[in-house]
Amino acid sequence: MSTIRCDIVSAEQEIFYGSAQMVIASGEAGELGIAPRHAPLITRLKPGQVRLLLENGEEQFFYVSGGILEVQPSVVTILADTAIRAKDLDESAALKAKDEAERALANRADAMEIAQAQAQLAQAVAQLQALEKLRRSLKH
Amino acid sequence: MAGAREIRTKIKSVNNTRKVTRALEMVSASKIRKAQDLMRASRPYSRAMRQVIGHLAHANVEYKHPFLVERETIKRVGYVIISTDRGLCGGLNTNLFRKAISDIRTWQDKGVEVDLVCIGQKAVQLFRRLKVNMVGSVTHLGERPQIAQLIGVIKVMLDAYSGGQIDRLQLVYNDFVNTMTQRSTIDQLLPLPPSSDLAGTHAWDYLYEPDPETVLEHVLTRYIESLVYQAVLENLASEHAARMVAMKAASDNATKAIGSLTLVYNKARQAAITQEISEIVGGAAAV
Repeated sequence: MSTIRCDIVSAEQEIFYGSAQMVIASGEAGELGIAPRHAPLITRLKPGQVRLLLENGEEQFFYVSGGILEVQPSVVTILADTAIRAKDLDESAALKAKDEAERALANRADAMEIAQAQAQLAQAVAQLQALEKLRRSLKH
Repeated sequence: MAGAREIRTKIKSVNNTRKVTRALEMVSASKIRKAQDLMRASRPYSRAMRQVIGHLAHANVEYKHPFLVERETIKRVGYVIISTDRGLCGGLNTNLFRKAISDIRTWQDKGVEVDLVCIGQKAVQLFRRLKVNMVGSVTHLGERPQIAQLIGVIKVMLDAYSGGQIDRLQLVYNDFVNTMTQRSTIDQLLPLPPSSDLAGTHAWDYLYEPDPETVLEHVLTRYIESLVYQAVLENLASEHAARMVAMKAASDNATKAIGSLTLVYNKARQAAITQEISEIVGGAAAV
């Protein structure tokens, strides 16, 4: 019985590695059943289940929230996304990153105030130290 | 005995400092291991990703994605700078920033403008004071950074690259070599530098669903994301390693300081006793 090697990985961990009789996943253009010696294929995956028919006839399920499926004659690689991805969500994440930068830049005034306060503090400390020295020299 | 009391207070305060640095050292020591595990866990993905891209480059000859094409003139360069959120980690951030800034200056001297996105509080704090254009930032990624937290900043840069605002993208981070060594590194992200497994042509091609452009775009975006994510993890491990070493040095210095202070204290005490005795003896002799 011929098998195909299957490798499911996400950016954060390795999810599955082993051989299977068939890999079933939902590609962008429809359900795919990959048997050994499938023609080379690459496609995006829709969020959904990946079903593996293992060598011993057992079935194993994995949930992927999108990703990439690559088929070589003897290897299937699934690069799974861990985060839920959609164009709008990505856009809003990008906007958030921009906002954060703008806020950091807007806080520049605060940083100036902090620097001023620090300078004043340093002056006060120096004055206190001078007073302390004066007091000591008077004592002796 | 006034001098002796001052020294005693000083010893106590150094002792307390040593307790803190010891604790920080031990916390970092345990966190290094976790950070290294994370690094290891994300490696299969980048390996598989590289293989897929290698295959793609071998297979597909007629379509060239903009991420793979070197641009002739460079007017604006993007930087992704990864730093830590917290300090007390030796010269880790300082060395990284020095390297990044000198790199940025060489571009600026050539009349090339620079855009930045900053990951980590320290980079944000520094670069908002400098005359550079910060277009995105993300901070407080925590002990288990997730790729979802990075999507935003990466997209800002990828959009800028696709839209032609920037012509090159660099990644700046600390590469974790081992516990004692962390190397500040500047890598080129875009255009993807040609490597041995990204070259060459083959006779066969993939079946693409839906079409080569979409698939390639998707794969390359994910690849860049995984590179940045990997760099964030490297930087995290470097942070803990650097902090552990710095705190160990601080603890050792505190121990040394306590030793010499104790010596001074004992001398002062001895001097006080001797003085008292000689006063008593002198007094007795006078009587």
